[in-house]
Amino acid sequence: MIEARALTRSFKTREGVVGAVRGVDIDVGPGEIVGFLGPNGAGKTTTQRMLTTLLAPSAGSARVAGHDLVREPVEVRRRIGYVAQSGGTEPEARVGEELVDHGRLYGLSESEAAARGAALLERLDLHDSWARLVKTLSGGQRRRLDIALGLIHEPPLLFLDEPTSGLDPQARANLWAHIRSLRDDHGVTIFLTTHYLEEADALCDRILVIDEGLIVAVGAPEELKRGLAGDLVALTARDAGDAARAAVVLEARSPASTPEVEGILVRFHLPSAAEGLPEVFWALEEADISPIGVEVHRPTLDDVFLSLTGRALRDEPAVA
Amino acid sequence: MSPAAQTWLIFRRAMRLSLRNPVWVIIGIVQPILYLALFGPLLERVASTPGFPGGSSWQVFVPGLLVQLGIFGAAFVGFGLVAEMRAGVVERMRVTPASRVALLGGRVLRDVVVLLVQGALLVLGAFAFGLRAPIGGVLLGLAVVAVLGAAFASASYAAALRLGTEDALASLLNTLAVPLLLLSGILLPMSLAPGWLETVSDANPLKHVVDGVRALFLGETASATVGWAVVAVLGLVGAGLALGTRTFGRESG
Repeated sequence: MIEARALTRSFKTREGVVGAVRGVDIDVGPGEIVGFLGPNGAGKTTTQRMLTTLLAPSAGSARVAGHDLVREPVEVRRRIGYVAQSGGTEPEARVGEELVDHGRLYGLSESEAAARGAALLERLDLHDSWARLVKTLSGGQRRRLDIALGLIHEPPLLFLDEPTSGLDPQARANLWAHIRSLRDDHGVTIFLTTHYLEEADALCDRILVIDEGLIVAVGAPEELKRGLAGDLVALTARDAGDAARAAVVLEARSPASTPEVEGILVRFHLPSAAEGLPEVFWALEEADISPIGVEVHRPTLDDVFLSLTGRALRDEPAVA
Repeated sequence: MSPAAQTWLIFRRAMRLSLRNPVWVIIGIVQPILYLALFGPLLERVASTPGFPGGSSWQVFVPGLLVQLGIFGAAFVGFGLVAEMRAGVVERMRVTPASRVALLGGRVLRDVVVLLVQGALLVLGAFAFGLRAPIGGVLLGLAVVAVLGAAFASASYAAALRLGTEDALASLLNTLAVPLLLLSGILLPMSLAPGWLETVSDANPLKHVVDGVRALFLGETASATVGWAVVAVLGLVGAGLALGTRTFGRESG
């Protein structure tokens, strides 16, 4: 669905030419939900605006929905839907008018656009909103209307830019369900940018992480998390003596990871706690140590991001 | 869907939204009516000054007001586009396969229709104040003003797309408005001006448009003055539309 090679975009500023996107390769297969993750200013939006024909690449090439981005922008536009972060609805317009007009711009007949628009409102839980003014919709409803507009021409590929930013948790969960159903029930390929890690974790089959204009990691959320040191396990021993002995046992078992001892707590890493812990308990049992508690911290995408870029996702971009 | 059909679609949408909130259309017409009522009577005296063109003072003044409406009514339409950009509407339309010319043209067409309604109301009001002019000349004058409005509306949209904020657009318009107004002879005919000022104003195409519409209101149709006005207005609309479509087709940063 998307096949981008060395896609580059630089802007001229007073300080000279700045590379906002410095040669990214992106591959998205049909039916995938792919998350595009990065801090503000990393090049997420610039890349997405290139892929949606809104911005011409300075260099590189891409095929989107089967057509060349630069040579056949109109063919690409016919086959993609794009839902911008700021939305795209006129507050003073009526919901039905927006849907019909937008469908007509794709060449649908008036009746066809109206029928599809009504069906989309139904599907996105916007029943009875056809005649309402856009400005009377709630934030979540308006976001779903934006998505309905992006789907009016039944594109095989949908771009979502920060689809749930600014929504309350309930509206967000609701929108996630709708996005999943687009793929599961309608086969739409989805490319979404987000800076919410839990969103990428909950929705995406694969994640691309972009930082300072370069893709720094690609993989399924689970894969990316496993690429870290693994799960952090904290054992509580009966007393400090047991804790120290447990550390020796653990170190002998896996010399690569030195356990940390703090009072009666022993902390160490395991590639996968679910698979590794029983064996650990066995070894401790043999040494006649019985821990009285255990806590496992699974890495989050926040941890992945931190280890890849050296900073948390919500930080300001590093000064170049 | 042909570009013409798309233009019509964008026009219908823009018109529907304008009519839903017609307060700006009304404000646009109130201003020239105020000029008619509060400034027009002054001119009746001035008309006897040497150098004042022939015809009644209303035949001089009303064409000026029409051109002013065509310039300033249209020059401010960019503010509406800035609001549409902020709402994301422009970008949403730009990811559709719709013709870029249609996205601009439909909006300009709406502005021209609004302008023609305002212009017709202005002329009717002026008749009540005492304007007498041949109907053919008046209609041709309105046509010239409509084309002029299309030029300024396109330029205003282009400026709005490039500048992106109300503040920047307002500064640009304020900078351009006063010299354009003074050098076009809209309020007082340039034939009253000293030689050097008249020469400077000759370089302003708007001055020729104003002179041409005045000539039309005096009943001339095939004079050189009218010819220059037509040339000026066609040149302006060509430049305006070219600038507008280029900007609409161009990426926005």
